[in-house]
Amino acid sequence: MDTPTDDAAITVRGVVTRFGRQTIHDGLDLTVPRGEILGVVGGSGTGKTVLLRTIIGLQRPAAGSVTLLGQPVSWDGSSTRALAGRFGMLFQDGALFSALTVGQNIQVAMRERGDLPQVLMDELARLKVELVGLPPDACGKYPSQLSGGMRKRAGLARALSLDPEVVFLDEPTAGLDPIGASAFDELILDLRDALGLTVVMVTHDLDSLARICDRIAVLVDKKILTGTMAELARHPHPWIQEYFHGPRARAAFATVRVGGG
Amino acid sequence: MRQRSDDPMGDTLSMLERDGALYLRLTGRWTLEVARTADRQLREVAERAVPRVVVDASGLAALDSAGAWAIRRTVARLDARGVAVDLTGLPERFHAIFAKVRLPDPSTEVAPPDRNPILALLENCGRAVEHGARVGRALLGFLGFALVNLAGALVNPRRLRVTAIIAQIEATGVNAIPIVGLLCFLVGIVLAYMGALQLERFGATILTVNLVGVSVLREIGILLTAIIVAGRSGSAFAAQIGTMKVNQEVDALETMGLSTMDVLVLPRLIAMMIALPALTVFGDAMGLLGGAVVALFLLDLSVGQFITQLVGAVDIWDFGTGLIKAPVFAVVIALVGCYDGLKVSGSAESVGRYTTQAVVESIFLVIVLNAGFAVAFAELGI
Repeated sequence: MDTPTDDAAITVRGVVTRFGRQTIHDGLDLTVPRGEILGVVGGSGTGKTVLLRTIIGLQRPAAGSVTLLGQPVSWDGSSTRALAGRFGMLFQDGALFSALTVGQNIQVAMRERGDLPQVLMDELARLKVELVGLPPDACGKYPSQLSGGMRKRAGLARALSLDPEVVFLDEPTAGLDPIGASAFDELILDLRDALGLTVVMVTHDLDSLARICDRIAVLVDKKILTGTMAELARHPHPWIQEYFHGPRARAAFATVRVGGG
Repeated sequence: MRQRSDDPMGDTLSMLERDGALYLRLTGRWTLEVARTADRQLREVAERAVPRVVVDASGLAALDSAGAWAIRRTVARLDARGVAVDLTGLPERFHAIFAKVRLPDPSTEVAPPDRNPILALLENCGRAVEHGARVGRALLGFLGFALVNLAGALVNPRRLRVTAIIAQIEATGVNAIPIVGLLCFLVGIVLAYMGALQLERFGATILTVNLVGVSVLREIGILLTAIIVAGRSGSAFAAQIGTMKVNQEVDALETMGLSTMDVLVLPRLIAMMIALPALTVFGDAMGLLGGAVVALFLLDLSVGQFITQLVGAVDIWDFGTGLIKAPVFAVVIALVGCYDGLKVSGSAESVGRYTTQAVVESIFLVIVLNAGFAVAFAELGI
């Protein structure tokens, strides 16, 4: 990969987020190097989605700073426009534009560029549909004609439409069948290996965490703790202990060891 | 093949035709940018009449799915035309993405196909007529179903949800008082004013009171109130129930053994049947008040003269024919709103669509039924 590895894709410094009198994040720090797949975990209401929204510029924190791909995030839309096409986000239920077909959804960002021939855009839309494992006829369908899992894949196809450098995934494998979920994991790995893609994914899928994540960020006590799975497994915090040593976790990690991971 | 190796790094595609074979050398970052700039060139290469093509990909520095697609597409097209293609030197780390980029079926639709506008117009007309007929039949069915349930609930009053009914009366009736009052008052003023201007020519300005009295009580009061309520509450019914449908709240109700009809539709129907006649009486009063204001200040009538003239001009049946329509309109507005709300499915977008549809349908039906009542009353001589 020819992308410089010394500068981080994402840097979060001292972020404080409050909703009314409730503090969600209190001085949160996070650095994600380029090419890393980072899994974000945490209990309900610990602000996993809020963290993603803060990084991509949708949610202004009470204090702190975020740098995304070398660009300071300004939370007024200007940094997002400057970074257009260089990062993508898969929202929880896909957030597809309901008035457009899947193919047109994928082409929205391409069309904004204004310089791509329609034939190439059509080809690329079909390609992305194929890439995320949707049947070819899904391209001309409207989001309301798709199941929840298919909408998720279509949302990913749209997030990948301009081959971004960073993708944010909000619970990407929730609602997918196990086969689809592991195919999705492999897809993320392939894309990372080929493109040097940086991936930040909120997930509760222990299989995904064990299989593809280089590091894991745990949101506990309004702060973030990062480390590899092995490091976190040794961390004394009770929630982390519970998370990584519960029965589901043991099963997931056993599979990885058998699979040679 | 190596004759252009002294080219600057920025060059991404170099070509050389020698000994009946075409040599392509790909270098640098093959991303969407290159897929765009080299698009035409690659399409030409794909159609080139050569027996053999050699692609050297060893110089690739980066490859994204668009770049991989551009290469894959060209190779596949050449292959399909019987040209021998050699793809060599693809760096190991790009094998995965290259393998991922399979050839999608080029015939699948991306956007809905364009249609002949005249045919589309005819088709839309046909669809709209058929849709209208279907909606009419379904609404009639829903009316029957609702009335059977209403009768059942009246026989067995434990099925009536009093709290919900009262809450709906407040929302559809009490909260609508200011807007209904103001609009009826203003229309009463306009009616009296326009009437007075015309009747003045015949020296019959006093008949303005008759005009306002009859038209407000028989038509304007009820029609205006029904239209306001259809816009306010018919849309609210559709939006509330539609949102519950999208959130699967309606499914949750049914799963718990509760009847959607009893919980959602009947309280709204009963509340509307109480609120709309009450609002109509209030609207009538405000319309007459508007007429009175014009009569007192513009026509210089005294309060006594106005009342005497009004009592002589209208009888109880003028008031009755207006009020008799109110429960009918109430049923139409409540049921159309609830019906369209229950029709919502899938996305949040359909909530908006059915809410609009509920308002249009209920106002349409109110005006059509009002015309029917006018003809019927005239024939009956009421």
